[in-house]
Amino acid sequence: MSTGLLTVSPSPHIHTELTVPQIMKGVLLAMVPAFLFSVYNFGISALYVTALTVFFCIGMEYLIVRFIFKRPVTIFDGSAAITGVLLAFNVPSNLPWHILLVGSIVSIGIAKMSFGGLGNNPFNPALVGRVFLLLSFPVQMTSWPVPAASLSLDAVTSATPLGILKDGQRTGERIDQLMAGMPSYSDYFFGLHGGSLGEMSAFALLLGLGYLLYRKIITWHIPVSMIVTILAMTAIFWFVDPSKYADPVFHVLTGGVMLGAVFMATDYVTSPITHRGMLIFGFGIGLLTVLIRLFGSYPEGVSFAILIMNAFVPLINRYAKEPRYGIHHSEKRKLTPK
Amino acid sequence: MATRLHHKLKTFRIGGVHPEENKLSGQVPIVPLPLPKMVTIPIAQHIGAPAKITVQRGDTVKTGQIIAVHEGFVSSNIHSSVSGKVGIIEQVMDSSGFKHTAISIRVKGDDWEEYIDRSDTLVEEIEADAKEIVSRIMEAGVVGMGGAAFPSHVKLSVPEGKHVDHLLINGVECEPYLTADHRLMIEKPREIIVGIKILMRALGVKKAIIGIENNKRDAIETFEGLLKEESGISVEPLEVQYPQGGEKQLIQALLNREVPSGGLPADAGAIVHNVGTTYAVYQAVQKKKPLIERVVTVTGKSVKQPSNFLVRIGTPVIDLLIAAGGVPEDTGKIVSGGPMMGKAIADLDVPVAKGTSGILLIPKEESMRAEIYNCLHCGKCIEACPMGLEPYRLLLMSKKGNSEKAKEEHILDCIECGSCSFVCPSNRPILDYIRLGKTELRKTKKP
Repeated sequence: MSTGLLTVSPSPHIHTELTVPQIMKGVLLAMVPAFLFSVYNFGISALYVTALTVFFCIGMEYLIVRFIFKRPVTIFDGSAAITGVLLAFNVPSNLPWHILLVGSIVSIGIAKMSFGGLGNNPFNPALVGRVFLLLSFPVQMTSWPVPAASLSLDAVTSATPLGILKDGQRTGERIDQLMAGMPSYSDYFFGLHGGSLGEMSAFALLLGLGYLLYRKIITWHIPVSMIVTILAMTAIFWFVDPSKYADPVFHVLTGGVMLGAVFMATDYVTSPITHRGMLIFGFGIGLLTVLIRLFGSYPEGVSFAILIMNAFVPLINRYAKEPRYGIHHSEKRKLTPK
Repeated sequence: MATRLHHKLKTFRIGGVHPEENKLSGQVPIVPLPLPKMVTIPIAQHIGAPAKITVQRGDTVKTGQIIAVHEGFVSSNIHSSVSGKVGIIEQVMDSSGFKHTAISIRVKGDDWEEYIDRSDTLVEEIEADAKEIVSRIMEAGVVGMGGAAFPSHVKLSVPEGKHVDHLLINGVECEPYLTADHRLMIEKPREIIVGIKILMRALGVKKAIIGIENNKRDAIETFEGLLKEESGISVEPLEVQYPQGGEKQLIQALLNREVPSGGLPADAGAIVHNVGTTYAVYQAVQKKKPLIERVVTVTGKSVKQPSNFLVRIGTPVIDLLIAAGGVPEDTGKIVSGGPMMGKAIADLDVPVAKGTSGILLIPKEESMRAEIYNCLHCGKCIEACPMGLEPYRLLLMSKKGNSEKAKEEHILDCIECGSCSFVCPSNRPILDYIRLGKTELRKTKKP
């Protein structure tokens, strides 16, 4: 009875099934509902934009790894594809291909690979790409085609509900007058209004969130603390002056809150590592989002809020520690870094 | 019964993982393995100094005869597990992967020392007093049988100034696959209860709790039935979560206390003994039987007959594998112990030692480690760590040789349960580097 050569390695000898490629596949799968809604809403152009950004992002990573890093190709871990889909989710569906190419180059080339690739980037790549495009191509990035399904006409561009609100406020219109001309909350919930590809339907994004939680890919901490903060903050303003500020449900259902809370802020690499840190992170994003929306010059603030909080992640990681076994609180205080 | 099911089970509160349980041999009764032709008995089967050999090549020994005596207090006696002739005494590779001195004995008949009571009669009356109990346990070479093999008489000698009020019996068996403790609890519950009473007397405590993971309902019910009339001893079902059977975790789960960092269980007022050890204590004190055999689970997905064998110490692993239906073609790795903390062995002649709880065969496709990715900072290792450490940072510190920094981050609190490496989606060798960091620290501590 010969066994040949046996493998000898230190324990543990078993490993969970949930490895990096499995996680990336899971995230892609969680984005399917939002993607299907975008195709339903914007037709073939949504498919076209998504396919292009995924292709550009994977291509970009391939070229950099192959010809600059000269290392084994990493595109099969799925992270470049995720960045591609998320970039597509964050832009209007009528964006021309060359702008998408620029966005992909910035996302992968500058925001991800220049830091050393997956795991090393301090800022969310797709959001860096998105904000770059927003600043470089402000007109194209803010003319939103109206969903075909809600008009049954050829796509016509319009402002987003948040944009209408911002413009209305500038001219001094009352909230209730502005709201009268906007889609109903159920339209928001199911994504029948103007906006970026993937941020349309809260319902589709919540399906994705449910799947991510079920697979234990992410925990509830960031989405919940972010959304609760936005609800609470906007509720206070709305309570103080409902003629000037929109209600909390409107704020959560419009713009990028759901997309940000489910897919952007929960990015492992650019979010804090402990549960406590995640709660602080979500709170910070919520706070900044509301401040930008209500008092900033942009109608929407989720992207900026997430990127700003990305910068705080190392600091949060340093101070937000989990409880340790066998160490009392007095001792812990002594051990916090000077 | 219904209320029990809805009752929230006790568990430790920091971290933890839940690997597939795979208790393939849970319903297989313990069978004595036929006597081997030859045993190889290492003189260092325990934590502490190796025992000093008292026999020579050519000597005839009886089963249960002392062949090596403890050297100092933290050490343990070694007895012959068979009768026969002492053969060559040389360096032999044991399950640690290192070569250690071992005594080989060619088996002839099965001639036991006369003073040992070999019968199955239950002896309930405890005559020995505390002092005598400790000396008999020391005499019989009893060590912790859960895996660490720490000499039991040392654990029973509570340092001055510390007050112990609870004896905790570890029947958790949280390692996947292993069922040796499970079977022992079902087949020898009365003996284990007497063993608990002996340990209680030795420690002078009034309370004992048996902690058992809730996937062993039959064992829990057996003890619940037997303990109805007993006062002071209770059984507590625990949530199925790894590492529930870690000493520190068990204390947290059962008593809601924490062992201070760098301290001993006695600092939390508790002493923990494994059920296998408790059974060995019963035999040592009531039957004068030294620790010369133990229950070993032989298991694995491709093993023909997953089994629980009663094995003489020193029996080569190959004998156990043959008795369990042979080594399957696809075997890629053989582990002494469980899949989370066990040690991979390099060949099949490695002898069963006092701390060998199981032999696990892992198929080829599962025996190699998968591709390593960059750390994503997903935080799963922190979620999993039962000590509340930050394993991903300890890896980096150890890798950079910054073990002093790692010490400040409590690397020495790591219990090496393997939960961090188990959950890491990037397959990073976290525990390997933590072990390295700990070794570096121990090196620098010595002058």
